[in-house]
Amino acid sequence: MIDHALTLSLGMFCIALLLTCWRLLAGPDVLDRVLALDTLYVNALAIVILLGIRFRTQVYFEAALVIAMLGFVGTVVTARFVARGDVIDHD
Amino acid sequence: MTHDALPFAIDLVASLLLVAGGGFALVGAIGLARLRDFYLRVHAPTKASTLGVGGALLASMLVFGWTGQRLVIHELLITVFVFVTAPIAAHLLVKSALERDPAQRPPAPDRIADHAEDSGASHSPRM
Repeated sequence: MIDHALTLSLGMFCIALLLTCWRLLAGPDVLDRVLALDTLYVNALAIVILLGIRFRTQVYFEAALVIAMLGFVGTVVTARFVARGDVIDHD
Repeated sequence: MTHDALPFAIDLVASLLLVAGGGFALVGAIGLARLRDFYLRVHAPTKASTLGVGGALLASMLVFGWTGQRLVIHELLITVFVFVTAPIAAHLLVKSALERDPAQRPPAPDRIADHAEDSGASHSPRM
């Protein structure tokens, strides 16, 4: 049963990725695109975890951890850059 | 794929968690694609995606914890990290939007009634 549930859940996450990609391409503002990228990496993280369950291997979880850390740093840096024009205060 | 057979209870609970997580992520993405304003759009996926990832991680913890291939430290680390960082990222995004565009700032809470009267039904939080 868990194989069917994995297939269904992967399909749902893939539709979510497509909707997020639409917002990424069509977003009227830069911050909409940043938000779409944030959602995109969280959904990609979930898909990597689902593939790890399906293949019963451990390698995918290292990748998921790296995606989680780098995605958060990317979102924070991009949001600050859009708001202020630089990432680190110089004065 | 040849899986070692899971007991029925763990199979059922993990399947329910997986489907619920996928449903949450799908609802969040639909909200991100369909809602009208940036402040409405930032509301939808930041909670739903966290719950979606949480469902997938709980199912993974169940399956790998039962089959005993390893400890579930990885899932715990990812869960803590995602659950801590996703609200911070959303908060920083909204702060950036407010700093960047003060004209788009939503009205203060005591003026919401006036604002709704001014612009009619278009400011109800529906699509």
